[in-house]
Amino acid sequence: MIAELGHFALILALMVALTQGVIPLVGAQRNHAPWMQYANQSAILQFVLVAISFACLTHAYVTSDFSLVNVVQNSHSTKPMLYKVSGVWGNHEGSMLLWVLILAVFGAAVAMFGRYLPPALKARALAVQALIAVGFYLFILLTSNPFQRMFPPAQDGQDLNPLLQDPGLAFHPPMLYLGYVGFSMAFSFAIAALIEGRVDAAWARWVRPWTLAAWCFLTGGIALGSWWAYYELGWGGFWFWDPVENASFMPWLIGTALLHSCVVVEKRDTMKAWTVFLAIVAFSFSLLGTFLVRSGVLTSVHAFATDPERGVFILVLLLIVIGGSLTLYAWRAPQLKSTGVFQPISREGALLLNNLLMGTAAGVVLLGTLYPLFIDAVSGGQDKISVGPPFFNAVFIPLMTPMVAAMAVGPLLAWKRGDLARALKTLWLAMALALVFGIATWSLQSGQSPWGIVGVAIGSWLAIGTLIELADRVRLFRIPLRDSLRRLAKLPRANWGMTLAHFGLALAVFGITGAGAWKVERVQSMRPGETVNVSGYDFRFDGASEKEGPNYLITEGRFTVTKDGKLIAELAPEKRIYTVRQMPTTEAGIHTLLSGDLYAVIGDSNADGSFVTRIYFNPLVVWMWIGALTMVAGGALSLSDRRFRIGAPKRSAMPAGAQPAE
Amino acid sequence: MKRLFYILPLVGFLVIGAYLGVGLTLDPHKLPNMLEGQPVPAFDLPGLEGRDGKGFSNADLLGDVSLVNVFGSWCVACRVEHPFLMKIKENGWVPIHGIDWREPDRNAGPVWLRRHGDPYTLIGDDPRSIAAIAFGVTGAPETFVVDKQGIVRYKHVGPITEQVWAETLKPLIDHLREQG
Repeated sequence: MIAELGHFALILALMVALTQGVIPLVGAQRNHAPWMQYANQSAILQFVLVAISFACLTHAYVTSDFSLVNVVQNSHSTKPMLYKVSGVWGNHEGSMLLWVLILAVFGAAVAMFGRYLPPALKARALAVQALIAVGFYLFILLTSNPFQRMFPPAQDGQDLNPLLQDPGLAFHPPMLYLGYVGFSMAFSFAIAALIEGRVDAAWARWVRPWTLAAWCFLTGGIALGSWWAYYELGWGGFWFWDPVENASFMPWLIGTALLHSCVVVEKRDTMKAWTVFLAIVAFSFSLLGTFLVRSGVLTSVHAFATDPERGVFILVLLLIVIGGSLTLYAWRAPQLKSTGVFQPISREGALLLNNLLMGTAAGVVLLGTLYPLFIDAVSGGQDKISVGPPFFNAVFIPLMTPMVAAMAVGPLLAWKRGDLARALKTLWLAMALALVFGIATWSLQSGQSPWGIVGVAIGSWLAIGTLIELADRVRLFRIPLRDSLRRLAKLPRANWGMTLAHFGLALAVFGITGAGAWKVERVQSMRPGETVNVSGYDFRFDGASEKEGPNYLITEGRFTVTKDGKLIAELAPEKRIYTVRQMPTTEAGIHTLLSGDLYAVIGDSNADGSFVTRIYFNPLVVWMWIGALTMVAGGALSLSDRRFRIGAPKRSAMPAGAQPAE
Repeated sequence: MKRLFYILPLVGFLVIGAYLGVGLTLDPHKLPNMLEGQPVPAFDLPGLEGRDGKGFSNADLLGDVSLVNVFGSWCVACRVEHPFLMKIKENGWVPIHGIDWREPDRNAGPVWLRRHGDPYTLIGDDPRSIAAIAFGVTGAPETFVVDKQGIVRYKHVGPITEQVWAETLKPLIDHLREQG
């Protein structure tokens, strides 16, 4: 009964979305206020209906209702409660339901908090949002119904994919989806702006917080995903350039570019068509990501639910949404006139450089991700190739290095026309220290990869450069310290946000460099009592024992790690066999130090009582996640800036070409 | 001219979309198999310890439909399919021959089989991938269906499950047996 209620609520939501996709659009065209306002009520109603539907599915999982096909295929009565709940979105049908739920959350949020939005813009944006939702409701109801019953009901379920039974992955998909779907807001505003033929500062000020929120979630989601891969897949790595990872990384790159170009539109009234384009592309990549993950066109370690028939549906959806919006763009974008002009060396110029590098990076990732598909299609399925980390590292690092280098300089340049010489002079300390650290690294790491040196130098350059920019902003040491502190306290939160986010990236660069360039790996057979030395740490294997978890069997190894005879940590890596699916998983034993992670994995046992063990030292890797968290914190802080909450400036309040206050 | 610039993204997307469409019609899991329809490549492997010195060569594959299963004691997925291979043997559905691939030492294979059971009629020890390369093996487990004339008819990549057996392997084997 409850399942039918959920199904019914979803059908009703589709109906509501259909009307919301048409009525406000017509209302905005005819300037008919009640029709425009209908979007508000329907967006909230839609949210309530999808929430009911989602709650019904959750109920089925929590109570282990094995008369639902979806629950049978992805749950089991002995599964811990956390994974019964996360199992709701740990499968294709449920994750799509989560997708539309989040879409509805964003729609309702605009309806409720968008009081100051121009009514026509709001009505059109909500209508576009509803049309996207219609596509996804149809997708769920026609090809992926989570409320499908089966008769007779099963005795018990087939359990959730063991890899997904993990606290990190329980929250990874919702975060990622909040990011993906968050870009739908920027997209809807972009389409609304194209229909109106007008983009202005008010528009940009509206799009930016939504983009920022989406960006924060996406950053957090990606970080969580890489953390999961790090400890669950047991290979000591955190990023594999896997198609599914790339699918989340491309929207992030474009979203980052969009975030920065929005600033230019808001402050300088230029780069409008470009910003609208980025908004379309950011969401298109989100959709493409969904397609790649769900359709099975590419194989991946993460693809846990693939089905070509659904792929056809999503592809059609993709063609309509992306093709349609790009057609609209080709038609209307030439009318978006920019008024601001700027020199190449200026804040706008630096942000444009950021955009171009981010865009190129996303293009390269797209090429690398789809290349196997191109070859496959051209050869008629005869040639299978895969594009791996060597390609991505070879093209990605050279793109990101100038980007990070420019990041320290950009904030020091003035709008319109900047003084590069002055900016570089301000940064002399950063330059000197980056050089010193780079040389120090070079002398310490005899003859290893050059990227270690570049990484350390560029990371220090950005970290110190960001701090110098902050000091420069409050005129530290040039005015009395008290005045500097007062300036610091009065600094808008958006500025703090930028400083934090840039500094976070510098920290992440250190983490990526450390784990990428200097990872140490030892694979061997160990008997209990034997010791292996990795990077100065002695790992003593103390044997293994068999245990039992709630729905799996454990082989738990024990390691004692000492350095110069002093106890550092005890590690307990596990090898689990999930009894229902008979599937093995690894749980790495990790002890995190600021200098690096001690990481041990236990493998199969040999006849002589020894075990295959893999031991890693991953230098600095924790800084990657600290960096990512700092970036998210920066984004969140910027989001709380009151300038986003009060009404956006009126379009006519600022004469064209005038320099807006910062 | 300037308008062309704005149309470019649409064109680019349509090209990508076309490829995605073609990609949907192809199965990424299906690896090309050059051997299908070809005779089994010539190989002659020594046997494992404790199996009376009997080895495994391509000549052994003539006369009956059989499976050639590439496995190794180091291979986790092999352990996943192993219970089902045992079931095939117990029911006598089809003879399975094994290629014990890339063992770290001579004991590893026999110990593994003692622990998990031995479903194989004949086993060849292939520590240096001689037969594995001739068969074009990309990973373990892989299983080849060989007909009575010693011709490779099918390659299955990954563990054999109930479903794979019921939907693919069994119908094929029945068909090959009927052909005589």
